Amino acid sequence: MTVPTLSVQNVCVQFDADGRELTAVDDVSFDVDPGRVLGLVGESGSGKSVTALSIMRLIESPGRITRGNILLNGHDILAVTEEEMRHIRGSRIAMIFQDPMMTLNPVLRIETQLIEGILAHRKMPWRDAWTHARDILGQVGVPSPDERMKAYPHQFSGGMRQRVVIAAAMLHEPDVIVADEATTALDVTTQSQILFEMQRLCSDRRTALIWITHDLSVVAGLAHEVAVMYAGRIVEMGPVDEIIDNSMHPYTRGLMESLPSRNQRGRPLRQIPGTAPSLANIPAGCAFRTRCGRATEICFQQPEVMEPRAGHSSRCHHPVN
Amino acid sequence: MTIFIIRRLVQSVILLWIVSIIAFLAVYLIGNPVDLIANDMSTPAEREAAMRTLGLDRPLYVQYLTFVGRAVHLDFGTSFMSSLPVSQLIFQRLPATVELTIFSFLISLLGLPLGVFAGLYPKSRLAKFIMSSSILCFSLPSFWIGLMAIMVFSVYLGWLPSTGRGETVSLFGVSFALTWSGLRHLVLPGVVLALFNLALLIRMARNNMLEVISTDFVRFARAKGVSERRVIWVHAMRNIMIPIITIQGAELAQLLTGALVVEQIFGYPGIGRLAIEAINTLDRPVLVAYMMLTVSIFVLVNLIVDILYGIVDPRIRLGGAHD
Repeated sequence: MTVPTLSVQNVCVQFDADGRELTAVDDVSFDVDPGRVLGLVGESGSGKSVTALSIMRLIESPGRITRGNILLNGHDILAVTEEEMRHIRGSRIAMIFQDPMMTLNPVLRIETQLIEGILAHRKMPWRDAWTHARDILGQVGVPSPDERMKAYPHQFSGGMRQRVVIAAAMLHEPDVIVADEATTALDVTTQSQILFEMQRLCSDRRTALIWITHDLSVVAGLAHEVAVMYAGRIVEMGPVDEIIDNSMHPYTRGLMESLPSRNQRGRPLRQIPGTAPSLANIPAGCAFRTRCGRATEICFQQPEVMEPRAGHSSRCHHPVN
Repeated sequence: MTIFIIRRLVQSVILLWIVSIIAFLAVYLIGNPVDLIANDMSTPAEREAAMRTLGLDRPLYVQYLTFVGRAVHLDFGTSFMSSLPVSQLIFQRLPATVELTIFSFLISLLGLPLGVFAGLYPKSRLAKFIMSSSILCFSLPSFWIGLMAIMVFSVYLGWLPSTGRGETVSLFGVSFALTWSGLRHLVLPGVVLALFNLALLIRMARNNMLEVISTDFVRFARAKGVSERRVIWVHAMRNIMIPIITIQGAELAQLLTGALVVEQIFGYPGIGRLAIEAINTLDRPVLVAYMMLTVSIFVLVNLIVDILYGIVDPRIRLGGAHD
């Protein structure tokens, strides 16, 4: 049995808010293998981004990882020192953020921002680092990279900025890339170009990719496995076809049915009633029960993870099928 | 860039012209200086003669035009009181003010690291202490702090002199207080003058740092594995300097035009005190020249600030010209 590139095991992240412990990520576990894409799906506030930041160990105070292990090629990165972690960030695990307009420092040149990423992990002459950065910039699809290296972020469009960010993530051919809503802020054509580019780059380099999004249709085309998060927990996980065609959890069902593209023409769109709970008042037991049509007495107890079909698990007392 | 500077200079000439009119009219309205020069015993004829000597008997517009005609040659006339050329008076006082400005500005720059620290560790005790002291520096009036400083350090402890500028040395015809006594005289007024800007810098640096440190680009820099030192001093600092430079330009200009209150309290012979003396004696040429100088300093400092701005923030293109 091979070791997964990244293995997240029972991770909990809690925030200390005025003496109360709020749980943003609750007992989350998943594995990603080399060259595979895991789609992490959920509404805003479901704990997707906090999960991403905990993989980078970049959770800021008052938040902290209170339980669990995160194994990178079998080694627990929660156990290493801050300085060792700094060497892992950007070189072994890279991250792409949501809004390319905000991710690049507005007052530093693209070359500065790329080269510092190289020199943070490898000792080499500035000139060589420049050439390397320029090559990567060309590979992610930035036209005339030689000239663009000198430019500042405001001279780029949103799509081009996101390519720069992807280039920064690719600098050291990391084992894992965590992309947090990386195409959400882009328009549809740019989104599909970037998705295509990421797919190509990651399968070429056998990079494990965690693609975080609220958009199931993106995941359907990109991911191999899908994990659906709700109120800090993974409620359903499995191969992408299983999740889309045979989802078990009522929440996943609801998400699927609220996709406009899956609606029959002329019929009103389906929706999940209510809104996602805020961190401060997540219902006890199954967090989805207050919005779920199938909820009964037993849903006041936390459902265990069940795996009725190989590789396809869910947390529900009343699975759909 | 060049076009921008030229346009700016043309604007400042117009600005100076407008200020000269306002200054001239305002000073004219304050009162007749002869009333102050002449004593109760003087006869109307003597007053008449004084008016004529000072050129005050001529119509206002003639006085103004004469003034402008000389001012373009940097000749601001003769002081009514001391009968010395105004430019000489200002030149005598300016070095003292420049020295005081540089000294207190350098002290106040301490606020930058203090504010950065308070922004990075907002919950630490030291940060809380820094912030509460900055409120004190901000809100206590400088005349009160000045008087207290004199009382403690000059009267009770006797460590530092309270008035004057001390011994100066003359280099190239300019007097510098680069002597032990001169430097000692600089300490009290310099520190008292620095406190406000120090507090301002602390608060600006802290608030901007708090804001910048939680931005996505700082998080992204960390995600690249860049060292925390570089994240703070390159990524965050470059960004917080933009608003700080603007305000510091204005503060520097403010200091350069003479600290009216502090110079008065410490009997410091700078141009701030010259201005106050001129106001008390209705010394029109000195007053008008002082106002023109003030405006020129502000224009110049703002020009420098705008140029610096373009260097620190690439998004700002001076004069709309592409590089």
